[in-house]
Amino acid sequence: MKKNKDVAVKESSSESVLKEIMSGDPVRISLSILLGFIIGAIFMVVFDSGVVKSWSNFGADPNYALSSVWWTIQDGYGALFSGSIYNLNADNFIDGIRPLTETLRFAAPLVMAGLGVALTFRVGLFNIGATGQIMVGLAGATFVSTRMELPPVIHMLLATVVAVLCASVWGIIVGILKARFGAHEVIVTIMLNYVAASLFTYFLREPSLLLEANGGGTPKSDRPADTAMLGSLLGPEFKLHYGLIFAVLAVVGYWWLMERSTFGFRFRMVGHNASAARAAGIKVENTFIWALAISAGFAGLAAANQALSIQGGLTTSIEAGIGFDAITVALLGGSRAGGVAMAGLLFGAFKAGASSMQVAGVSPEVLGVVKALIVLFIAAPPIIRAIYRLPKPGPKMIDVMKKTAKVAK
Amino acid sequence: MSKIEVTPGMFSQVELKPSLKASIVMAVAGLIVLLGFGVFGKPGDITYVWSDKREFVQLPSYVVNSMLFCTIIGVILLALAGLAFMLNRRSKVTPMWLIIIFGFLAIMALLGWLATGASQGVQMVFILSNTLVLAIPLILGGMAGIMSERVGVVNIAIEGQLLTGAFVSSVVGTTTGNLYIGMIAAMIAAGLLSMILASLAIKYLVDQVIIGVLLNVLVIGVTNFLHSAWVDKDRQHLNFPGTFDKIAIPFLSDIPVVGQVLFNNRITVYLMFIIVPVLWYVLFKTKLGLRARSVGEHPLAADTVGINVAKTRFWWVTIGGMIAGLGGAALTIGNVGSFGREMSGGQGFIALAVVILGRWQPIYVMLSALLFGFTIILRVWANQVSPGVPFDFIVMVPYLVTLVAVAGFAGKVRAPAASGQPYVKG
Repeated sequence: MKKNKDVAVKESSSESVLKEIMSGDPVRISLSILLGFIIGAIFMVVFDSGVVKSWSNFGADPNYALSSVWWTIQDGYGALFSGSIYNLNADNFIDGIRPLTETLRFAAPLVMAGLGVALTFRVGLFNIGATGQIMVGLAGATFVSTRMELPPVIHMLLATVVAVLCASVWGIIVGILKARFGAHEVIVTIMLNYVAASLFTYFLREPSLLLEANGGGTPKSDRPADTAMLGSLLGPEFKLHYGLIFAVLAVVGYWWLMERSTFGFRFRMVGHNASAARAAGIKVENTFIWALAISAGFAGLAAANQALSIQGGLTTSIEAGIGFDAITVALLGGSRAGGVAMAGLLFGAFKAGASSMQVAGVSPEVLGVVKALIVLFIAAPPIIRAIYRLPKPGPKMIDVMKKTAKVAK
Repeated sequence: MSKIEVTPGMFSQVELKPSLKASIVMAVAGLIVLLGFGVFGKPGDITYVWSDKREFVQLPSYVVNSMLFCTIIGVILLALAGLAFMLNRRSKVTPMWLIIIFGFLAIMALLGWLATGASQGVQMVFILSNTLVLAIPLILGGMAGIMSERVGVVNIAIEGQLLTGAFVSSVVGTTTGNLYIGMIAAMIAAGLLSMILASLAIKYLVDQVIIGVLLNVLVIGVTNFLHSAWVDKDRQHLNFPGTFDKIAIPFLSDIPVVGQVLFNNRITVYLMFIIVPVLWYVLFKTKLGLRARSVGEHPLAADTVGINVAKTRFWWVTIGGMIAGLGGAALTIGNVGSFGREMSGGQGFIALAVVILGRWQPIYVMLSALLFGFTIILRVWANQVSPGVPFDFIVMVPYLVTLVAVAGFAGKVRAPAASGQPYVKG
């Protein structure tokens, strides 16, 4: 009896935290985002040399000191807004709305990779291998796009499929090491990220694989063939391309897979309680392998998006931290299809707005702090509850468990 | 989190089933050395240079035929693999000393094969002393990992603790002009970071892995911002601490090879020499350590006999974080001399792997961290002797070794049973 209760409480406590994250309470999420921006503003102000100078003369000109604080924040977040949503200084509508399309363009790969990470969260795995899976997918897609000649569309689709398959293989390795050898997926995915990065660099250096024609010592590929490129979605005025359509399809596909299919039901069941799932006849080990393969497939889509939309040749920088951001996107989105899409949009806006913040003279690195804080607040509900003095949510799993245990006694 | 059912006793030594995986991996490695480096290896001579030119006592260099040498080592390695196999058949775990000897011989063969025919030869002092210096952050990060996992808290945030230590030691060391203050500040800052991890994990039961990953993201974000928006704009006055002076221990540093490698170092290295055995002693020989381990193995039982589980966990995690902060300081003021963007470069994650590889035991963890330190210097050195193997593959080696290790080379390893499990009193 005693032992059973102990185990039950243990499981429910970590479960309930995940459930709380997933429950996606909109008030708490908005408060987290707000607080993230506020602390980001403090960082901007405190480390701005102009503000510091004006405050050192606070006695002489307090007005100026206060307004300099305001102007720094306005410059920073104003640049973020005009770089990611609507440019108020633009002459015409097309220039004005371009930032929004840029946000969508940056969001697409984040959403796709984020869905992959989210899927493994739902199965109870902590997969931080999206970076490596994207690298391998990039290698596959680029090989098809630079070394093969095929008719348009077919070429692009083939490159995408190859990217997905290559990434899936990388995910299956994690699955096998986890399911058959009992290695912890966190360590395995981290190590495979490094291996994939070296492998990708090697491929880019190797003339018979990806190195550009007449290429020298720098690891760089040829430009992808025109037939393999993702077409422009809104015409030549905008950079937005068909990757967005893939992202939308991925969101719908993820929703159907997780919420409607029997496959997804199995995933969720294993994620909720692996031993119960095993008792119900589900092969938990195989489910892990499948989940990691499909999850990596989503990362492969993100890779295809990157590889087939680039102007010029690929270098190792093409990954652009998407795999790492995917983890935070998945956490922020509560591992739900809609949530991940929204979180991807927010992070896409951060990426789109970074360059105009740079122009405005505010270090866009502050967005890294804002991002981390937002997700930290969302993943750790107690912090945000303590800061805003929110009441505790209704009867939590732990309390219910405790009560039932007491009654049983 | 992963739902592997942890039942008390499941990981205990008695039930530890020795698997044949370790001996199989050893046999494969032995065959690679025997055939790849030995029988079908490169013709030519290997020069093992034992002494630095500056040294007081000069040892003669050792020249040997590459193929012959590697063949002999290959045979010895296969014999060791056979011995491990026999022990496994008799239900004994592959002993650590066997793995260490095996690793050392395999490394000598690898170095020799890479440097066959190279004029400068294998400079042992250069390689070994750099191995030690580069391994310090890994070793100290590993100690932080041991201290928190032994009490049942998974510490993914080692990377963030190292980075915090590196940043704070550099900035404080420069602004105060005193590197010792920088070092202490680094330890305090990393300790505070660990307190966030500890309180969220222990008091608020937030998933330990998630909180660890997010703290890493936060520290990377904050240090990147401070680096670009503040420190980098005035490097001379904010990020230019220099390094500790090397202290040569009298007499001991005059011993050939060993003296140069071990006893002519910076204070960060000597502190490591103290911390590792002390941690080992405290963990396994004192009441304090016994209590800490009981908290990590079976918190309910520990609670029943009156040990304060939450408090024990909190302080062990915090002090572990301070040690990791020292490891971060070793990156900047103990080696490079200034802070660079994301300079820990995943070493905190490798430290996590090193903890598993070393079976949560300080001395073994130190040895496995040295293996990684070695592979870092191997990258640098192999580039100089241009061995004809693609550079990127040499870069990959430490990560592949870790993968092989966590997938069973170290045998079925025994994690503290309650590691990663929050404990709810009542």
